[in-house]
Amino acid sequence: MSNKQEALFSKKNIKLIKDPLDDNNPITVQVLGICSALAITVQLKPAVVMAVSVFFVLCVANVLVSLMRKMIPSRIRIIVQLVIIATLVILVDQTLKAFLYDVSKELSVFVGLIITNCIIMGRLEAFALANTPWKSFMDGVGNSLGYALPLIVVAFFRELLGSGTLFGLEVIPPNWYIENGGFYANNGMMILPPMALVTCGIYIWVQRIRNNKLVEEN
Amino acid sequence: MEVNKNSYTIRFAAVMVIIVAALLSSAAIGFKPYQSRNIELEKKQNILQSIGIDVSREEAESNYSTYIKEELVVNYLGVIMEGSAFDVELSKEVKKDVPVQSLPLYIAVDKDNQTKYIIPLRGTGLWGPIWGFISLNDDLNTVSAAVFDHKSETPGLGAEINGDKFEKQFSNTEVNTKKIMKDGKFVSITVKKGKSSGEYEVDGVSGGTITSDGVTAMIDERLSKYLPYFKSISNEMKVKSVLEVVILDEKSDTTSNINKRIID
Repeated sequence: MSNKQEALFSKKNIKLIKDPLDDNNPITVQVLGICSALAITVQLKPAVVMAVSVFFVLCVANVLVSLMRKMIPSRIRIIVQLVIIATLVILVDQTLKAFLYDVSKELSVFVGLIITNCIIMGRLEAFALANTPWKSFMDGVGNSLGYALPLIVVAFFRELLGSGTLFGLEVIPPNWYIENGGFYANNGMMILPPMALVTCGIYIWVQRIRNNKLVEEN
Repeated sequence: MEVNKNSYTIRFAAVMVIIVAALLSSAAIGFKPYQSRNIELEKKQNILQSIGIDVSREEAESNYSTYIKEELVVNYLGVIMEGSAFDVELSKEVKKDVPVQSLPLYIAVDKDNQTKYIIPLRGTGLWGPIWGFISLNDDLNTVSAAVFDHKSETPGLGAEINGDKFEKQFSNTEVNTKKIMKDGKFVSITVKKGKSSGEYEVDGVSGGTITSDGVTAMIDERLSKYLPYFKSISNEMKVKSVLEVVILDEKSDTTSNINKRIID
């Protein structure tokens, strides 16, 4: 390794993890992978499972591409990246179906959706092709956490306000509901796709209030 | 090494494809037995669930042989054919013409010694296939319970058809009865948007209208195919009861004869 003098968790490397969480968040700042963020944030459980799967695929794909970066012909690099991602995703899918059947049922279509998640392609193309495996791994960790954070926050509010549950457990006291003589009703809008966009928008708004770096000058 | 030469590019692509193909196909073949086992156990678990018996996937095997008494295959005329219901792949059957379809039917005896008729369902949701099992009591009218599942309906929306809230509407309890026949005519069960009412409707899932409609169509289409068979077995029941009446008549006849003779 050429950069043995650099510590594994040097400031630069830590920045690779911290940056995507806020300043350079893949969903709220780069607006990548937004379609999956809209599709699976109705409930917390699929959001968490999706985040874990993307974490695995992104980290492994980043390291693999980084290891092969000097061998990959530049003209077919996109196809090579795609093949690597698709292979990983299918392997994960097959393994889950054989040994963790319940989890695979929970994931259903989302496993396939990972292939089309632009964050993964984006990181392979922009980072792993030009950096060492360890850095690429850190970048993978950072970006998948950066993907997970808004996903889980949005899913939390959508499930809480839309279905009155969290992870499928009822959290709103049953006697609050109008049909039981209370004053409360779940907001049906929250489980429909448009409210995913609105919730995402509110997330971005709050994030920009807290982080001035993200606000454009003019 | 010249990475961008044409010959290298082609070699690289070829080697990559071979490695990936070998990896994926060996994974597919190696995992196949485990995957099929899971699918088979899940099917048995679902069949049991449709008569109200909740067991884990591991216990499905032993419970299945306890409760499921017959695995029949019938045709559209209601004639029993050869073969076992469990081996019928409904996904293939529904694509065939009705006269050549094999219709699987399970007959179970539940914990309370009640006979239940279990009919496998298969239809189309919004994104892909949906399926399930519905069980009828031995009056062949009252729905006993049902389970549903789907391949790729949207979680939180259409996917809720396999949630407790939706499936419970089919469970026959003291306060909830769903039926499929009205005055001797088949009316099926409709999944209704908004509030449902009566014995022939259930509530749909919010945000899953197309999936709900798919469930309606599936129940109607599948159950209607079994009507000839149901008719044939209820005829059997009728014949049986007629015979019983005749025997009773004979008995009373002899008794009256005896009485007459005594009087004579």
